[in-house]
Amino acid sequence: MNGVHDLGGMHGFGPVRPETNEPVFHAPWEGRVIGIRRLMGAWLGNNIDAGRHAIERLPPADYLRFSYYEKWFQSLIHQLVDSGKIAPEELATGRKAPDAPVATPPVTVATVGAYIAPTGSYQRDTGANPRYAPGATVRARNIHPEGHTRLPRYVRGHVGTIERDHGAHVLPDTHAHGAGEAPETLYTVRFTARELWGEARNEGDAVYLDLWESYLDPA
Amino acid sequence: MSGDHHHHHDHDHDGQEIPSATALRVKALESLLVEKGLVDPAAVDAIVDAYETKIGPRNGARVVAKAWTDPAYKARLMQDASAAIAEIGFMGSERPHMIVVENTPTTHNLVVCTLCSCYPWLVLGLPPVWYKSTAYRSRAVIDPRGVLADFGLTLGDDIAVRVWDSTAETRYLVLPERPAGTEGMDEDALAAIVTRDSMVGVAKVAAP
Repeated sequence: MNGVHDLGGMHGFGPVRPETNEPVFHAPWEGRVIGIRRLMGAWLGNNIDAGRHAIERLPPADYLRFSYYEKWFQSLIHQLVDSGKIAPEELATGRKAPDAPVATPPVTVATVGAYIAPTGSYQRDTGANPRYAPGATVRARNIHPEGHTRLPRYVRGHVGTIERDHGAHVLPDTHAHGAGEAPETLYTVRFTARELWGEARNEGDAVYLDLWESYLDPA
Repeated sequence: MSGDHHHHHDHDHDGQEIPSATALRVKALESLLVEKGLVDPAAVDAIVDAYETKIGPRNGARVVAKAWTDPAYKARLMQDASAAIAEIGFMGSERPHMIVVENTPTTHNLVVCTLCSCYPWLVLGLPPVWYKSTAYRSRAVIDPRGVLADFGLTLGDDIAVRVWDSTAETRYLVLPERPAGTEGMDEDALAAIVTRDSMVGVAKVAAP
């Protein structure tokens, strides 16, 4: 979707302001949000793409106003209600509905290790031959899907060079919507800064993106 | 629980902090999820503790220091970063798809995620606020030299700047240049001078 999350190349957000001696969390609730979100992944299919798309679908003004952990929190609530894990009246009252079942948490202290960070491989062995070889010239497709995609606007229509083949990876465009993994070859594609941003840029500068085969056409 | 949002903490007349509206909402959601048996609060504690005490940029610094002192390890790291990082141990059985990009006297690498905030958690911990900011995500790809200048790093035109936009489940770690004057330092001493910012590519490593 052409959302406000697709920030690459936009102007007006000001300088980057690093914080000296930044703490891991700025308030205890931030850590709780990470923990809850990681653990609820077990109930939501551990679908990183669906989680990202839930964040992208926050109202644009909220997306820009919220901190990172507020975005995580609000989008998680949407996912929990949409999936039926919590009912709207439970959200309103903060209490379990009297007739709602009580589950057993699937992740405990003993098994939490695998849920600490978003890991696991998204590579799939499909046996498919890659369409492009390193060094091939490609053009990022000028597509504007309304759903989830990982093809940023700033490279669409631009010509780049295949740098590396990562094998077949789960396609976020389908996976985010529960429409299957549809693995495709993933490539690192090099775009020169001049191709993307004009001739005033430094000749040797370049931007590299990891793009799926269906994002690309031969050029 | 769908009230407004406050980034700050309010203070009462005794000077004690009152939890923000967001803190209260998070607490209410956790209580609900615990009551419904969906989440074990002790598992939440364990995740918080892991990020506060176990997972952080010291892991990445060990990878960099080993690459600086062990040429065979560096070769494996550049060939298959996931396997080489797993050798050190802290990745356990998990194998995120890691790529290491090397800074040289003629090439400087910078990592960003313009679409969200993808970051190599297992080697660097949670990303700092600036990495997740709209300012960094918007500008790193169009004006990387300006972003580096915000960090006090000015690069000459003879140095190529390569920006890596983390659009897939590949995670990038910058291998910074080993600073001059560190020839006598061992791996542990070197690991202590490698900063998080240098492994994201917004800084160089300085000799102590």
